[in-house]
Amino acid sequence: MGIFSKFVAKLKGESTADPLDWKVLEEELLAADLGPKLTAEILKSAQGLKGADALSSLTQILNSHLSIKPRALSDANSIGVILVVGVNGTGKTTSVAKLANLLHSSGNSVMLAAADTFRAAAVDQLQTWGQRIGVPVISGKDEAEPAAVAFDAAVAANESQVNYLIIDTAGRLHNKSDLMAELGKIRRVVEKTLPVCEVLLVIDATTGQNGIAQAKIFTEAVDVTGLILTKLDGSARGGVALAIESALDIPIKFVGTGEGENDFAPFDPESYLTGLVRD
Amino acid sequence: MFDSLSTKLNGALSSLRSRGKLSTSDIEKTCADIKAALLESDVALSVADSFIELVREKSLAALPTLQSGTNQAQAIFEIVNAELIEILGGSARRIRFTKNPPTVIMLAGLQGAGKTTLAGKLAKFYLDQGNTPLLVASDLQRPNAVTQLQVVGESVGVPVFAPEPGNGVGDPVKVAEAALTFAKSKLYNMVIVDTAGRLGVDQELMQQAINIRNAVNPDEILFVVDAMIGQDAVRTAKAFQDGVGFDGVVLTKLDGDARGGAALSIAKLTGQPIMFSSNGEKLTDFDIFYPERMASRILGMGDVATLAEQAKKALDSESSAKMEEKFARGDDFTLEDFLEQLEAMSKMGSMSKLLGMLPGAGAMKKQIENFDESEIVRTKSIVQSMTPLERQDPKVLNGSRRARIALGAGRKVQDVNSLVDKFSAAQKMMRQMRKGGGMPPAMAQSMGVPAGMGAGPISSKKVQAPVKKKSKSGNPAKRAAEERG
Repeated sequence: MGIFSKFVAKLKGESTADPLDWKVLEEELLAADLGPKLTAEILKSAQGLKGADALSSLTQILNSHLSIKPRALSDANSIGVILVVGVNGTGKTTSVAKLANLLHSSGNSVMLAAADTFRAAAVDQLQTWGQRIGVPVISGKDEAEPAAVAFDAAVAANESQVNYLIIDTAGRLHNKSDLMAELGKIRRVVEKTLPVCEVLLVIDATTGQNGIAQAKIFTEAVDVTGLILTKLDGSARGGVALAIESALDIPIKFVGTGEGENDFAPFDPESYLTGLVRD
Repeated sequence: MFDSLSTKLNGALSSLRSRGKLSTSDIEKTCADIKAALLESDVALSVADSFIELVREKSLAALPTLQSGTNQAQAIFEIVNAELIEILGGSARRIRFTKNPPTVIMLAGLQGAGKTTLAGKLAKFYLDQGNTPLLVASDLQRPNAVTQLQVVGESVGVPVFAPEPGNGVGDPVKVAEAALTFAKSKLYNMVIVDTAGRLGVDQELMQQAINIRNAVNPDEILFVVDAMIGQDAVRTAKAFQDGVGFDGVVLTKLDGDARGGAALSIAKLTGQPIMFSSNGEKLTDFDIFYPERMASRILGMGDVATLAEQAKKALDSESSAKMEEKFARGDDFTLEDFLEQLEAMSKMGSMSKLLGMLPGAGAMKKQIENFDESEIVRTKSIVQSMTPLERQDPKVLNGSRRARIALGAGRKVQDVNSLVDKFSAAQKMMRQMRKGGGMPPAMAQSMGVPAGMGAGPISSKKVQAPVKKKSKSGNPAKRAAEERG
């Protein structure tokens, strides 16, 4: 019997041969990277529960920690500029490409900006993706100033009146204040031409409690409006994203579930929450 | 850099330190605090539990044997330290070089762990030690991973074996095989195979890694893992251990503020040593992993060993011998020496990293992270704008000289003034130290008095040289000078 069903049985007051140990539930929640604080909160509310409709009660507890902000991309009046940010190796470039593919295949015109001019071959990587999905990629020369690339892209997007401009940025650790300042600059420079309507922070599902610090500091720098949770196809459950939603009220907007361009979807709370406590 | 873990553990232990005599309940409380700190730092629950159990057991066993006179908290602290070192890998291990070169190193890990960058760093590390590494592009999966490795290889001056363009084209097993033959024929003594990132649960890709392994029979398989990883570290590490297997662990992105608790979990649960750590974006930001040093860092005792090593690297023995000699001879510490020291310091690497290794540096984490590296450059530029005479004897610096220096260095006169003031203070301190008086009175006063005795005037009488009783001058400035002695 899985932990989830055991939990439900416990709440329903059914006696099982295999009684639920709260410690096991605590372990499961901790193992999902919810963190000790959120785990304690959820355990406390769960221990207070009784009644027949246990399943919906539990879902309610978990749901209450989700952000109530909208999860769709915010409606842009003209051109939707999306800035994609995150620490190194979370899958920003891949997510940019997948998001472009998603928007492009639903009939939007999309343009990409390769403003990760730091990592070796990052520009090439995005260009390869651009060709694969058939969207234009604006890039600068090698080691070009990222803000300059972003600016050029904003101007180009404005001229050709595409529906979306997605800007890929270099991965940066949030404790490097100069790199965070660079991100602020990219945003300011773009906004000389077009307003930025979404700043999406890419969080790797394998990330531990450090994800909260990442979300906090990136939000201070560029006002993050949503999360992209990547690598959910692995054994990691990405519980830190729930911890981020709970602590900072930033909604998860998309999830990445594989290496193909179609392994990307709008966030589905239900499957995410049941995935956290696996049977 | 394990900073948060260190802050939290420190908090748990410092409440112990403030007590003279420990009771059983003190130890229980501390263990609970340490456990919370470990969980907050992404250490797996089972590892945290067993760690705490050991610490508790050993502490309780040690408690009756501790004399009330000894520092009991220190003893507990040492138990925690010893346990940390034990888990982190006992002693550091180096790469095992094979007797029949080339030595083959294969990298494996999740996507985004930093394998390709690490391949470059590893190649540079061994190139600098006189080896002849060859990088092999067996990541044919991720778009432009091959190009990335080529760029990295070029910047560290290591050839890259990349017969396939990648982006899904080519067979990584064949590439690795061919690379080995190529390396043998060209007498490379080391082959570093970069592989595609893969998930622990992806059977197909794990099989591919196994096939690469079987084709090249590596001497070392290194599991590359991001220091920011959470609880999944345990499952992933297990999956890799059961799949392709590995002989050592490399922790990357240690320059972030991740708590790095995963390192503890992986080391404990797989029994494999952490061999290297990678801590920056530059290709030189890479080192052997030292468990003792990392344990000290976690406990906030600083990393003096690394600091000393870097100082040794930067200060050639000749110049430090010269400095010592000068000091012994009784020559004054001049701006010339100061400049030399600044230059040696910048050779040692980034200031924020150096400061971070100092004991107790955790408390000033924020300031250290935001240390303005160019401050050193500015200070240097001021000294460099001085004439040799001025560097020898800053007393000649009058207003017009200072204005000229400021102009030359592109700084304000105030900057020159403040540098000269700071330097004079340093010079004065050096003189006092040489006189054999040990520390200057002001410092001795603040340090020599036992805590709680307070009352500055009483102690300062003891420390200060007897002041001659002389008629006081009517001129306030002169009187002040006399009183200073």
